[in-house]
Amino acid sequence: MRYMILLKGTQPAAPPPAELMDAILKLGAEASAAGALLDTAGLAPSVAGAQVRLYGGTLSVTDGPFAEAKETISYALYQVRSKEEAVEWASRFMKLHRDLWPGWQGEADVLKVFGPEDFGNPA
Amino acid sequence: MTATDPRRVVEAVWRIESARIIAGLARIVHDVGLAEELAQDTLVIALEQWPVTGVPDHPGSWLMATAKHRAIDMLRRQSRYQQKLAQIARTTPEAEDPDVAAELDDYVGDDLLRLIFTTCHPVLSTESRVALTLRLLGGLTTDEIARAYLVAEPTVGQRITRAKRTLAEKKVAIELPPPTEVVERLASILEVIYLIFNEGYSATAGDDWIRPSLCEEALRLGRILATLAPHEPEVHGLVALMELQASRTPARTDPDGAPILLQDQDRRRWDRLLIRRGLEALGRAEGTFGPYVLQASIAACHARATRAEETDWERIAAIYQVLAYVSPSPVVDLNRAVAVGNAHGPARGLQIVDALVLPNYPLLPAVRGDLLARLGRNAEARHEFERAAAMTRNARQRSLFAARAAALE
Repeated sequence: MRYMILLKGTQPAAPPPAELMDAILKLGAEASAAGALLDTAGLAPSVAGAQVRLYGGTLSVTDGPFAEAKETISYALYQVRSKEEAVEWASRFMKLHRDLWPGWQGEADVLKVFGPEDFGNPA
Repeated sequence: MTATDPRRVVEAVWRIESARIIAGLARIVHDVGLAEELAQDTLVIALEQWPVTGVPDHPGSWLMATAKHRAIDMLRRQSRYQQKLAQIARTTPEAEDPDVAAELDDYVGDDLLRLIFTTCHPVLSTESRVALTLRLLGGLTTDEIARAYLVAEPTVGQRITRAKRTLAEKKVAIELPPPTEVVERLASILEVIYLIFNEGYSATAGDDWIRPSLCEEALRLGRILATLAPHEPEVHGLVALMELQASRTPARTDPDGAPILLQDQDRRRWDRLLIRRGLEALGRAEGTFGPYVLQASIAACHARATRAEETDWERIAAIYQVLAYVSPSPVVDLNRAVAVGNAHGPARGLQIVDALVLPNYPLLPAVRGDLLARLGRNAEARHEFERAAAMTRNARQRSLFAARAAALE
């Protein structure tokens, strides 16, 4: 089963410490080597993006920034055998932030990607 | 509300770490059976302690350290204590020192590779290799393996016990094969992984969920192996083949679980991510012509065709020609006949089919029937489809062939 992990947090003034970036790359390599990490990338602040909205039957396009308080910072797609495994990878990722970027706050949403296991078999 | 049931956390961490722990222990105690027992002891300790003390900050490191302590304790009780301890002291670095920690990572990689060469060792029967690999590298329980293979749990238990005993009795060293044997020994690993994949790929609707999940397990093992042995093109070839085949999973059965043939699949439902990963893996093996690379190259031709009519059959027929040379088999020739029939016309395909001997292989008359039908030789074609329907033991195939026969009335 697949899980999409979305990292969200406030965009701090300073860039992340180099040690954190190193540690993230190392964890990513480890998760890839474990056959778990399928895809990941960092996301630019929403000021570089746009939002296409549909409300009341009307389509509108708004340039960024559009995040309220928190920006979505990165995504990672994992192939795992349980939700707990996805949570474990997310926890390892967050512990790196805790240990290497004091004061940073945020959250990682662990979202299940629909897969064949979600559509009931006739059995 | 929090969702950290320590028991579930232990299980999740265990699934991530168990192969590495067993591999590390096997290096210390030189016995996979003993390594697994010690690893299981460690799991029990975690299951007892974590609910009380809370989950440690670095659960993977905790498990590894605890497991190694267990191994050292055990060796201490044995007379070989002194010499072994000296050995362990050399190979168990302090976790704090980053340089030594990096070194440990290298060790872990080698440990895992040694373990997989051991569980796929040719002294073991194919069944035992599959069971032991799923158990020690995949972290599946005996019950899960039994359910996946539709056999009784004691049967799998016996296979695993016997495999461990064979490895001990034949004094199989847990080590990398000498350079002269690498190709052959690697082929044994690739075979085991692809067998696991195909078992999962052949699962049908109504099967236990664990059966299709064998595909994911095989893919995971293949991806791990590709990291451990990045210079072996056939490993990338196998990974590419599995990624590309798995990309079709969402499209290869109808809502009732009946199979949909490749040319009839809704290709919009193919998994683009797996296709991309498969093509990338194939790119890493570029310029080599091993059987897995060639099969993956054929799968890639299909993956690149967004509509069935766009399939590059000439290229596929050419690759089959190379495959028939590298890895000759009548089944490969039958597939080549299909490709040639599509690329150069049914008469050319029929020439290849007519030279084949494949007793009791229902796809032979089915392919022949298809080629004959395209040549307008309907009576002969109908006869072939009837033979195919009579030959197959798969009910869904039978109705498919019977329908083709009936349509030719």
